[in-house]
Amino acid sequence: MKDLKIICRCQDVTEEEIVDAIRKYGLKSVDEVKRVTRAGMGHCQGKTCRKLVEQLLFKVNGFWPDPEEQSTSRPPLKSLPIKLVAASEEDFDAVVARGRGGQHG
Amino acid sequence: MAEFPKTAECIVIGGGIIGASIAYELTKVNFGKVVILEKNTVSSGSTGRCGGGIRAQWSTPENVRLAMESVKRFRELEGELGTDTEYEEGGYLILAHSDEELSQFRKNVEMQKKHGLQVELLSPEEAKKVVPLLNTEKITGATWCSTDGSINPFLINFAYMKKALEQGASLYERTEVLSIDKEGSKITGVVTPKGVISCPVIVNAAGGYAGTVASKARIELPLVPHRHEILATEQINRFFKNMIMSFEHNIYFRQVKDGGIVGGQTNPGEPPGTSVVSGISFIKEMSVKLGHFIPALGDVKILRQWAGLYCMSPDAQPILGRVEGTQGYFHACGFSGHGLMLAPRVSVLMAKAISDTSFHDPDLDRLGLDRFEKGIASFEKSVV
Ligand SMILES: Cc1cc2nc3c(=O)[nH]c(=O)nc-3n(C[C@H](O)[C@H](O)[C@H](O)COP(=O)(O)OP(=O)(O)OC[C@H]3O[C@@H](n4cnc5c(N)ncnc54)[C@H](O)[C@@H]3O)c2cc1C
Ligand code: FES
Repeated sequence: MKDLKIICRCQDVTEEEIVDAIRKYGLKSVDEVKRVTRAGMGHCQGKTCRKLVEQLLFKVNGFWPDPEEQSTSRPPLKSLPIKLVAASEEDFDAVVARGRGGQHG
Repeated sequence: MAEFPKTAECIVIGGGIIGASIAYELTKVNFGKVVILEKNTVSSGSTGRCGGGIRAQWSTPENVRLAMESVKRFRELEGELGTDTEYEEGGYLILAHSDEELSQFRKNVEMQKKHGLQVELLSPEEAKKVVPLLNTEKITGATWCSTDGSINPFLINFAYMKKALEQGASLYERTEVLSIDKEGSKITGVVTPKGVISCPVIVNAAGGYAGTVASKARIELPLVPHRHEILATEQINRFFKNMIMSFEHNIYFRQVKDGGIVGGQTNPGEPPGTSVVSGISFIKEMSVKLGHFIPALGDVKILRQWAGLYCMSPDAQPILGRVEGTQGYFHACGFSGHGLMLAPRVSVLMAKAISDTSFHDPDLDRLGLDRFEKGIASFEKSVV
């Protein structure tokens, strides 16, 4: 158990870890923090922790992350079980019959 | 921040794994003033979007050698760079779906073994021993290499970059190379929105945009960027450590250290282009395939999906080294979906070629741009 202040509850990332990463790599945006620490990659996809990460970026850097560089949210908007998504598709044989794809066909 | 530089000895275009590792190896041999220019931020391109897989199970000798040498480097890198990178040798299990595919695999394994790779052919029953929850109904066999594995792409990208900067390189993010200056056949510098830098040596490590960057130096590369989609699930108890791959059914997936399943496919009919928008057919097709191969994953929730670029070359092998007729221009691109795993070896070779123009290496020479005129040595078949 980490007894430190948790910023990202879904991914169990502490304030200390995020502040260290911002300092260590000179991070300036929420996306960069996400890449290094995984904060924002959890169940809620950053809905809960993004604002807190922005505040930490301000606290360490002395300036706010560029609003032009908004963190990209990744679909699906709601997490869905694999079998539910699969049920909306044809069966395995039909799906793989669509071919290998890409340049090498 | 320091003033934007007016000169440099070497400009690396691109802050992905390739640019960062080359910058690191150059500063390690004290090449001189290395400047990295990155149009977005470190690891924002293909590297930060990739699957993190590392394997030496390839069908061409060049790829096998580059990957095996890279594995040796990966083992040293955590210590050398001083950062945890989640590097793990969890193995790769590659599934065969027909007797024909199995006989191709037999040839691959024979060639790989000649290079000293510890790889073996498995029966479906043996494959099931590696991943007990695997559905082996439609497979005729598999190959297994325990020294294949994975790494966290962000961490290794940032680790290389950080060490390169500590060793004297400088990085300018949000700085796009707009054009490349030449005098006759010589590279003389680059133009960015922040200013012009005079420089006799540039390295094109622009990933999916390498073709565009090369054209700025009036070099034509036979590269085609393709969107590749990938998804991640919620975290579950870890029940396998290896990558599972099927060329025939066009899919790869693994369970990362934190427990999430991460996997992707090559979309059938994907047109060339640089779009990295996520699509609905991918997540549906991928769910069918995951559910087929590991039925127990049915209730696991998909958390997110994203896309990145594969930069495909005609023989699915990278294009490396210098280019005849353009002095001072170097490139490492066209990785065709396996640039992360080859970076440690490729960057060492590139740094040698850049710092010593008489340097030769058989793989570097065979993977030069001129191969498309002279004749391609071998065509990589083992791609997803
Ligand atoms: C879904 C997916 C899964 C993958 N899985 C794997 C895998 O499991 N294992 C593996 O080894 N490989 C994998 N790959 C391939 C791997 O991601 C790439 O081969 C590798 O990341 C290439 O690294 P790079 O540094 O050349 O490119 P990038 O990481 O794309 O870096 C190039 C950088 O150049 C910058 N740039 C472009 N143009 C300019 C310009 N004009 N000026 C300044 N900067 C510029 C870009 O912003 C970018 O950051 C995968 C790729 C994808 C998309
Ligand atoms: S709290 Fe960070 S992803 Fe949910």
